[in-house]
Amino acid sequence: MSPRPARLRKISNPPSVSGFRPYGGKARKGKPEALFLHIEEFEALRLCDHEQLNHQQAAEAMAVSRPTLTRIYARARSKVAEAFVFGKQIIIEGGKVYFDSEWYSCRTCGCSFNNPHRQEHVERCALCGSKDFTNYM
Amino acid sequence: MKVAITSTGNTPESKVDQRFGRCSYFVVHDTETKDTEFIPNPNRNAREGAGPASVQIVASKNVQKIISGEFGIKIKSLLDSLNIQMIVIKDAEKSINEIIKMLNN
Repeated sequence: MSPRPARLRKISNPPSVSGFRPYGGKARKGKPEALFLHIEEFEALRLCDHEQLNHQQAAEAMAVSRPTLTRIYARARSKVAEAFVFGKQIIIEGGKVYFDSEWYSCRTCGCSFNNPHRQEHVERCALCGSKDFTNYM
Repeated sequence: MKVAITSTGNTPESKVDQRFGRCSYFVVHDTETKDTEFIPNPNRNAREGAGPASVQIVASKNVQKIISGEFGIKIKSLLDSLNIQMIVIKDAEKSINEIIKMLNN
């Protein structure tokens, strides 16, 4: 029998940057090696370490079970540590996730905004009216 | 259309407040009549439940957009169900005046 497909993780705050790069020392020569931090792992770090929720609360916020949240969190910590120790670049990308509602970020004013009306198509930035924005997914 | 902005003070020169539930003032701006109203936030020192209580205040003004620095996890789902759009500004140096000007562009 094949295993049950993994539950989608709910993301309430999409990351504001797409990654981190080391500088100085070894990183000066050539391109640093990169590792991928999944968006769900970023979200677990944000909830547990930045918002300082306990694992139970964080699990509810991401709509997964408490043990699953703890596994995601452990993976996130180990990846961040690996990047720090070996001076690797972190790229925040991928993972089995969905957002509360669709989020966009504007290249002109730097804001991000969501689209509460799913049926309607977003044509302009909600703040500055610019047409230069990107979808998070 | 009415827009709510979280503010650190009650003048148009004040900066946008990076918190939603515990901001100092809400600025309700009407883009059609250009009316701007400052509402002091009674929840600014609340220990718990400041977010949902603030959503109630803002929703009672019939706003369609809320501009702030960050929204907590309790607020996002609430605003989604109320069909209110969230706009996140990470630049804490923006003043209320500048934001209103951008909205009217």
